[in-house]
Amino acid sequence: MKRIKEVLPAVAVIAALLAAWWLIVVETRSVIFPTPWQVVTGTAELIKDGTLFMHIGASLMRVGVGFSLAVLVAVPLGLWLGWVKGAYSTLNPLFQILRPISPIAWIPIAILWFGVGNASPIYLIFISSVFPMIVQTTAGVHTIERRYLRAAENFGVSRYTLFRQVVIPAVLPQIIVGMRIGLGVAWLVVVAAEMIALRSGLGYLIIDSRNAGNRYDLVIAGMIIIGLIGLLLDGVMRLLEGLKSVRWRYAH
Amino acid sequence: MRTKIEVSGIRKGFASNGAELQVVADVSLTVGDGEFVAIVGPSGCGKTTLMNMVAGFVQPDSGSILIDGAPRAEPNAKGILISQQGSIFPWLTVQQNLMFGLNDHPEANKKGVADHYAAMVGLKGFEGSYPHELSGGMLKRAELARAFAVKPEILYMDEPFSALDALTNLRMRNELLRILEEERHTVMLITHDVEEAIHLADRIMVLSPRPTRIQAMFNVDLPHPRRLTSPEVQELRVAILHELGVDRHAG
Repeated sequence: MKRIKEVLPAVAVIAALLAAWWLIVVETRSVIFPTPWQVVTGTAELIKDGTLFMHIGASLMRVGVGFSLAVLVAVPLGLWLGWVKGAYSTLNPLFQILRPISPIAWIPIAILWFGVGNASPIYLIFISSVFPMIVQTTAGVHTIERRYLRAAENFGVSRYTLFRQVVIPAVLPQIIVGMRIGLGVAWLVVVAAEMIALRSGLGYLIIDSRNAGNRYDLVIAGMIIIGLIGLLLDGVMRLLEGLKSVRWRYAH
Repeated sequence: MRTKIEVSGIRKGFASNGAELQVVADVSLTVGDGEFVAIVGPSGCGKTTLMNMVAGFVQPDSGSILIDGAPRAEPNAKGILISQQGSIFPWLTVQQNLMFGLNDHPEANKKGVADHYAAMVGLKGFEGSYPHELSGGMLKRAELARAFAVKPEILYMDEPFSALDALTNLRMRNELLRILEEERHTVMLITHDVEEAIHLADRIMVLSPRPTRIQAMFNVDLPHPRRLTSPEVQELRVAILHELGVDRHAG
């Protein structure tokens, strides 16, 4: 009952918005802008001929590969930067310059280097999600409380134990925050990247639907699906925050 | 009694706004093997700095610190520091925390040793709990157990129970005395709580305000368990408070 009460306002707002959309389209007799029902039938059409899952699969695959590569690079690099002062002072200025460059600005160079295949969007996802994760991981190392490092020093543990039982678990909550941000950015970027070229993906679906006969019902269907999958991906990352070994950080 | 810790003429200053702030001025003291020494002083007098130097975390500007007659080395498991904020790792369970320092034990033994010490401090049944699921008093127990588990020769305790409520504080003192009955260690305790010092220590040193030096020394020749309401304890308390510059009527 309490749960229903909590989600009720959100559902009401969405319902009101749908109703307003429907009403306005009907009232203005728009021939090009679809009603919500047309979006539903359009989506059903895409499901029936199997193209929807092909597009979703293509987008998720690119995000999966680009994001995984970014995690593999960002976490060790972030730990190193956080732990070794010289590495930080050498590389951090470079990263601070690269970080604010929008991934969209990289598109021409990505096409030049990698062509219009899968490698381009994967590269763009990598470049967009790697920096937030490096920054979060480094900040995580810098904010380890000194009392814990002192305790580790006091018990005279090996460097391996120090990293495995103190440094990495202490930073893990920050790494997960970085991964949440990184995956969010990656999902934004894959759709933008797919609008440029390629023959698959949700971004391609949107652009192609408009170009091939102004199918705005499919454009909106694509947008809504992107939103829903984004929500789902964030939900998966939030599950990581529930892990017992990182809960200490979020518990307060 | 054999001398365990010998501190001679240590000084420490810090740069503060360009000026040199002398914190510890010429402190010399000895602690016997198995002795429980309490050091009391007004807040901000440099107690913690003194402790950090003896425990090896901070280097003195001058003077020497000998442990068992040899110059003190880097911090190691022979002397464990327990501080006010505590340093139980929040990402490890109680059992994993207690196993943390057991490097020399064979892997198969570690759990047994950890559980033994968990039981000793009354944490049986909480081995699998994470620190954020425990109360402040239980965290202190875990901290004591983790220290005792590595069998340190010296315990450095810096206001260990100050963050606890009065009742838990009293319980932890009794607990500490009970464990020290079983496993004798040399203890150096720093506190601002005169009653706590009298309750626990064999000898009490009173520090002066900053820059700190040892101002007075009291032997506590009272058998355990000590009754804190006894006239001897009250008399000693008044004398120590007097050294600290607190009026006996107000105290």
